[in-house]
Amino acid sequence: MKAVYFAWVRERIGKSEEEISPPAEVVTVGDLIAWLAGRGEGYAYAFEKASVIRAAIDRVHVKHHAHIADGREIAFFPPMTGG
Amino acid sequence: MRKIRVQAEDFDAAAEARALSLGRADVGATVTFVGYCRDEGGTLAALEIEHYPGMAEAEIERVVAEAETRWPLIGVTAIHRFGRLAPGAQIVMVAAASGHRAAAFAAAEMLMDYLKTRAPFWKQAIRADGTREGWVEAKDEDADSAARWGAAEP
Repeated sequence: MKAVYFAWVRERIGKSEEEISPPAEVVTVGDLIAWLAGRGEGYAYAFEKASVIRAAIDRVHVKHHAHIADGREIAFFPPMTGG
Repeated sequence: MRKIRVQAEDFDAAAEARALSLGRADVGATVTFVGYCRDEGGTLAALEIEHYPGMAEAEIERVVAEAETRWPLIGVTAIHRFGRLAPGAQIVMVAAASGHRAAAFAAAEMLMDYLKTRAPFWKQAIRADGTREGWVEAKDEDADSAARWGAAEP
């Protein structure tokens, strides 16, 4: 699946998108955050406070307990500050 | 009638609002809200607004659809800009047209409350001395405003 990152999540990881292939035991958004956090220093920094991270699967907001199953694109970003 | 735009260019808020009732006889009220970039007492040189292309439009569409289930709206226009915006620049507008003012006022307010907390945009502050102050933090009061309408956190 494709992972995309925005705002300070993007800056800390150092890239805006990448293809990822998480192992089968990564089932939920929360699992994926924990898995990504273990991929290196930038990832660990981006996801150090997992509870503040927002996620979207195929451009729809999801909670951390949501399953990533059939998602093609998963996005991670901080709370939104538009308007 | 829905018009949703996510764009770098400026917009003509008065013309957009007028378009909602032009050539129609059923619109009794149009409420327009425009949000601007403030200079924060002279300390802010610009805002840099990042967005999630594709999702920004889709999420605004969902927010407008939600408003349409709550009030008898004849038309809604929502425009949000991205990129570097100087103090005084227009950032966002919503205009809601209805047969009566109560629905138009309420819908415009709900749309803005939802947009602030659900639409995927992020602001970064550029200070007058050229330094990046960093990402603007989400405010609890914005989440509280959205919660008034029964919005769960995204």
